[in-house]
Amino acid sequence: MRLRAMKLAFAKSLPVMAGYVVLGTGFGILLRSAGYGVWWAAAMGVFVYAGSLQYVGVGLLAGGAGILTTALTTLMVNARHLFYGISMVDRYKDAGPYKPYLIFALTDETYSLLCDGLVPEGVDPHLYRFLVSLFDQSYWVAGCVLGSLAGAVIPFSTEGIEFSMTALFVASFTERWLTERNHLPALVGLGCSVACLAAFGPESFLIPTMVLITAVLTILRGRMGETP
Amino acid sequence: MRPFLLVATMVAGTALTRFLPFVVFRRSTPDYVSYLGRVLPSAIIAMLVVYCLREVAWASAPFGLPELLATACVVALQAWRRNSLLSILVGTLAYMLLIRL
Repeated sequence: MRLRAMKLAFAKSLPVMAGYVVLGTGFGILLRSAGYGVWWAAAMGVFVYAGSLQYVGVGLLAGGAGILTTALTTLMVNARHLFYGISMVDRYKDAGPYKPYLIFALTDETYSLLCDGLVPEGVDPHLYRFLVSLFDQSYWVAGCVLGSLAGAVIPFSTEGIEFSMTALFVASFTERWLTERNHLPALVGLGCSVACLAAFGPESFLIPTMVLITAVLTILRGRMGETP
Repeated sequence: MRPFLLVATMVAGTALTRFLPFVVFRRSTPDYVSYLGRVLPSAIIAMLVVYCLREVAWASAPFGLPELLATACVVALQAWRRNSLLSILVGTLAYMLLIRL
């Protein structure tokens, strides 16, 4: 029973492995070049566990930022987590002992794996989601440590492998599109993101996008019917 | 001392953004939030796709062609085989190949 949950969770988490190891490695290399060694890389992978913030964090550590700047940057970069939380409130409600870790480990990638709510039959859903989350974080931490220890000596060019993250989200988008009956939320997301990217530029469009998506979906609430 | 404080701030700030919704809606989930919970995932995944492609220079050579072709490859494979791992693997390899041409 537990072994089966483990196998299925491992299979589910596999698509995240390459991306996390590679991005984690990139972070480890960067952090080392800023003068912080393997224990810092491991500690940030374990306790911060937020990809984009960790990259930004290297700049904060190296650049002599203050605590207030760091706090504000953290909240800005991670504001999207609020939306992941809102859409998982019901699902994680009864997760018992797994709940704190499930919430702590809700990254972009783990969210994209678990937001469809599908769980294989005959498996404890909370244990399954816990294991998927744990496998994902283990790839990330492994990458952080690897990058810090061996980053400078990787013998081949891995340029372009970061596309695996894009591919993960594109595959997830396609799969949702094929299964959902109402495409309006997906189209709203796409339209708002492109519009805000054009209006605010690549560095600062995420937060306006999320506000706009929420506003549009709120206006459409009456006509959405039973979704998805 | 300062690096410790900065990392601790990142840990606390990140945890705050993740735990806040669960603390606020601890007892009962308002209908409106349940509604958002149902419609947000598809919209957010779409946003993450756009986010990943945000730096692509569409106006200058190669006009985002590697990204476009690799993305089309992932969509087509996913629609055909419904196997995420396969789509991601082939799409990524296609991209790595395309940027080296």
